[in-house]
Amino acid sequence: MLEESVSKMQISLEVNGEQYSREVEPRLLLSDFLRHDLGLTGTHVGCEHGVCGACTVHLDEVPVRSCLTFAVQCQGASLTTVEGLAASNGGNLTPLQESFQDCHALQCGFCTPGMLMTLTDLLKRNPEADESEIRNEIAGNLCRCTGYQHIVDATLKAKERVG
Amino acid sequence: MSQKAFGRSKRRLEDPRLLKGQALFVDDLELPGMLHLAFLRSPHAHARILSIDKAAAAQSKGVIEVYTAEDMGADYKPGFLVVPPPPIEGLVFNERTQWPMAKEKVRYAGEPIAVVVAEDRYLAEDALEKIAVSYDVLPPVVDFANALDENSPKVFDALSDNLAADALQTKGDYDSHRDEADLLVSEEFRYERPLAAAMENRGYVAHFDQRADKLTLWATTQAPIPLRGMLSSYLGIGESRMEVVAPFIGGGFGPKIMILYSEEMVIGWLSLKLGKPLKWIEDRAENFVATTQERGQIHRAELAIKSDGTIVGVKDEFLHDTGAYNPYGLTVPLNSQCTLLGPYRIPHYWSRFQAVYTNKTPVTPVRGAGRQHGVFVMERLLDLAARRLGLSPVEIRRRNLLRPEEFPHCHGIIYQDFSELTYDNGNYEPCLDKAIEKIGYEDFKSAVQPAEREKGKRIGIGLATYVEGSGIGPYEGARVTVGTDGSVTVATGIGTQGQSHYTVFAQIVAEQLGVPLERIRVVTGDTRVFHWGTGTFASRGAVVAGNACHEAALAVKEKILFNCSKLWELPQDDLELKGGYAQSKSDPSKRISLGDLADQANPLRGAVSPDAKPGLEATRYFGPEMGATSNGVHAAIVEIDPQTLEVKILRYLVVHDCGKVINPLVLEGQIHGGLSMGIGQALYESLNYKENGVLQSANLHDYMLPTALDIPSIETDHLETPSPLNPLGVKGAGEAGTIPTSAVIAQAIDDAFSDHELFLKNAPLTPSAIYAALHETVAV
Repeated sequence: MLEESVSKMQISLEVNGEQYSREVEPRLLLSDFLRHDLGLTGTHVGCEHGVCGACTVHLDEVPVRSCLTFAVQCQGASLTTVEGLAASNGGNLTPLQESFQDCHALQCGFCTPGMLMTLTDLLKRNPEADESEIRNEIAGNLCRCTGYQHIVDATLKAKERVG
Repeated sequence: MSQKAFGRSKRRLEDPRLLKGQALFVDDLELPGMLHLAFLRSPHAHARILSIDKAAAAQSKGVIEVYTAEDMGADYKPGFLVVPPPPIEGLVFNERTQWPMAKEKVRYAGEPIAVVVAEDRYLAEDALEKIAVSYDVLPPVVDFANALDENSPKVFDALSDNLAADALQTKGDYDSHRDEADLLVSEEFRYERPLAAAMENRGYVAHFDQRADKLTLWATTQAPIPLRGMLSSYLGIGESRMEVVAPFIGGGFGPKIMILYSEEMVIGWLSLKLGKPLKWIEDRAENFVATTQERGQIHRAELAIKSDGTIVGVKDEFLHDTGAYNPYGLTVPLNSQCTLLGPYRIPHYWSRFQAVYTNKTPVTPVRGAGRQHGVFVMERLLDLAARRLGLSPVEIRRRNLLRPEEFPHCHGIIYQDFSELTYDNGNYEPCLDKAIEKIGYEDFKSAVQPAEREKGKRIGIGLATYVEGSGIGPYEGARVTVGTDGSVTVATGIGTQGQSHYTVFAQIVAEQLGVPLERIRVVTGDTRVFHWGTGTFASRGAVVAGNACHEAALAVKEKILFNCSKLWELPQDDLELKGGYAQSKSDPSKRISLGDLADQANPLRGAVSPDAKPGLEATRYFGPEMGATSNGVHAAIVEIDPQTLEVKILRYLVVHDCGKVINPLVLEGQIHGGLSMGIGQALYESLNYKENGVLQSANLHDYMLPTALDIPSIETDHLETPSPLNPLGVKGAGEAGTIPTSAVIAQAIDDAFSDHELFLKNAPLTPSAIYAALHETVAV
């Protein structure tokens, strides 16, 4: 059983270019911290055990599952969430986001933030990613609505857009 | 100038908000002073509750209070029967609906027993661990095949056995005509169904505002208006004191339909009691046990057929596992019973089902809603008969397809909408022709398969047909309003969980009003805005609500033309609506924006005629006399690894007819998504209950949802046979992708092992299931 008198810890971190300082319990998940402490509700929680990928964010430019990360692990880190994508593009949809809309790559939109974070990272590392590489990359992001094909189409289209 | 909106692939209007992470989902709500709930759930499938000690939990840090069934006092009562049994002669129906929390006995693992109210969810869950419950564990009813055995444990003490329902429906007279057949094939089929597994779990925020004397519930529901009706009635507060808001919903697929879940009853009750905003968000582990599921059926079926392949009749008797409660009546087994008939001419049909209670999570519709069980049985029987008669799977189907002149085709048995199952129209054979041409059926059989077989590859082809009863009543409504800024608001009652309603309803309205799509705002799922209707299920949104939008837009158009005609003293047929303006075709100087017209239609001074209605607004309702019937053919080519028996789908084709298409891109998305779920249930997903009735795979590691590596690129094609039952000529498409998938893949796997005479009878078609079937038919 958990001890009830857990002392809180001070953390300072950057999210989408803004600095935040907060006192949090060590057990607070990064996903809950982002959503409920910072009000950045674009990051979604689908499974709380690291399988669905909806909660994916970038932690120092590396995609991580925010439901498997404690907020206190992010002391001094720089994070990007789905809200930060368009924000870093002058408030406009990024080429990948635009392509998602063009190709109908989202239906309910719940898994979309995680898909975008995973694929934004892929295209940055591998701008020439082909269909098989795209499918491999998003195999860790579950979607129940689209059957994935339009997501693959959108990623290929985003490549063209940027290229 | 506006361009044609209806029938075009338009980008979705709702996407930018979703893409930027700015769309509101239920768990995104934060209200001042909000408290959080966590539920203690039964770890046992079947047990008597001897005692509950909540003292330590109530003292736990941050806990406001802990409540059990006892604490509800006189307010403790079960939920409602949402769907009553249909008017079938001789029907037996034993109603048992779920409770807010279990009192004396738990009937499934996951059933709520107590609820903690605390300052945050972490603290609420800490307190759960401190509630001590003492149980007398009872033997559970797990395998529904044995649920009606004389010595089976009973889910309900007051019932004489576990029978939930018994229904016989007949068409013609099977027994008298059975002798006319040259061949009888009979087999037992077992079809398991997986979870809906929407990526967003369920969740609610409830707030009873004493100053406004009103309860507001934000809910992940597919049916906000029925939820408001049921919960306000359950709480005894009257509909006018309650509102339900369904904001963006992260997937529905059936279980977010109106059920009146235990958690809904509890959060509503607590909300009145505590007067503070409350939140409960289901976690994934809870979703596996607390959200309704669809599950298995066992069919014993016989097909009577002539040597030329003409069907004489079908006899089917099946067991349906309904879980621990049946709030949604008989929708699922009725769909199985009716959809089995498929697109075929079947003069004689005898079908009886028994629904049985088990100690498992209750069963309600999940995408497809029992249709796939029926289709699996019928298609497998035809495959078996084709094999015995020396006909190809294509030919045996072709010979029995209904022809265009046979519509409307009434089967005479009662469907889920309680009307006689009747197909409106269809072009079934052209669908089949298109499918065999596109998949290259003949070439595959004559050239590709033999060549690959030579190389030692096991590849096979499968093809199956189906109908999809869709667009059922009773009705939906819509209100179309032109604003003084020229924008148009479309309000309708159904919720939306990804079906693109914001876009397709706008397309329907734009078509009539000539307003640019971007100027149309659709509001759905908010009883504060529109409070008549049912909800989003049974592939009915586009058909029923879509036509209500169409009718309301037409009425607004009429009013605009009437007002302009009066204003300019021109005949109405000289007027047209384009690009947000009304204008004269003959006199280009006569042009006025719809915003200005709306302004004029709502004067602030002066007199109007006594019967004048303000504004440019109209509300219309649409209720079809019966559902529209979509149809289609799926075909697939699969390869099976001879060592591991893993199935890989090389090609998958869907040829579908859902009448007039509103937005081809959105339709394709619906087909892809449905098919992805169909592939999941055909090959991977399975709810494995242990003998003690506890789910073994209650997490997304063990429960295998298909990933991007499992779903192939999907080929689609369409026929458009407009439905005569509604002005837009549309039919539903939401479930088409899911329905025949297991039947298609089973046939394809059989085909890859035709030298072994493999015949698969049970879905899912996992490697171990294929192994077992192979070893039943082949001496090893």
